Amino acid sequence: MSLKSPLGRVLGLGSAKEGAAHWWSTRLAAVALVPLLVWLVLALLMAPSLDYAGLHAFVRAPLNALGLVLLLPVAAYHSLLGVREVVEDYVHAKGTKVLVLVLLDFAHVGAAVAGLYAVLRVSFGGSP
Amino acid sequence: MSDASRPLSPHLQVYRFTYTMATSIFHRATGLALAAGFLGLVATLIALADGPQAYAVAYELLKGVVGKLALIGLLTAFWYHTFAGLRHLAFDAGYGLDKRAARRSATWLFAATALAALLSAYCLLAGGARP
Repeated sequence: MSLKSPLGRVLGLGSAKEGAAHWWSTRLAAVALVPLLVWLVLALLMAPSLDYAGLHAFVRAPLNALGLVLLLPVAAYHSLLGVREVVEDYVHAKGTKVLVLVLLDFAHVGAAVAGLYAVLRVSFGGSP
Repeated sequence: MSDASRPLSPHLQVYRFTYTMATSIFHRATGLALAAGFLGLVATLIALADGPQAYAVAYELLKGVVGKLALIGLLTAFWYHTFAGLRHLAFDAGYGLDKRAARRSATWLFAATALAALLSAYCLLAGGARP
């Protein structure tokens, strides 16, 4: 038995049974980011040098490249969820809101893909 | 469905400011700062992939006073957002929700952030040539 009203069902209102999955994936992304970002921050803070040769060598190391390839999409997803929530809370004009949300989607996918491409270029591009 | 004449729920200025309220506001503010920091990380990686000339621009920027201050700010925001995020995961699991426990964990949150931020700033500045 469904508790949705016939009108609500026709209008597509209420849960589409995806709320729990969305809630869970946001938490999983947050949990995954803890080790990934703590690793990146500590590794960079303790790196002997972050000049071109130093950072290039860091990103080229296979395990570091793997960590970055894991980190970038998850961080983009988590960041997108966060800024979307702020826009949804504070931008009330419908047209502006949709426009800003779509731009944020594009920006985050763009940033994640550009970041991944940069890491791969460094990984496969040979030594400087 | 939405139009300007509909009633709005009471907004920020209606409520008395509380200690735990600050933790939530900071979580959001640091999250926004870190979203910008994420773009900075991607920009740095692109510059790195582009070659020594492009990366030199990013490196000089990060090595300067403004860059260092921005990095210290981002590191502080990172530690705060991480610790506060873990606190929120505990809330999600049903722990620490009563008033006393929430205040106590808020105190630990600020203390842990201060310590981690100071250590990070020390590592950053002690590196000499490091940005």
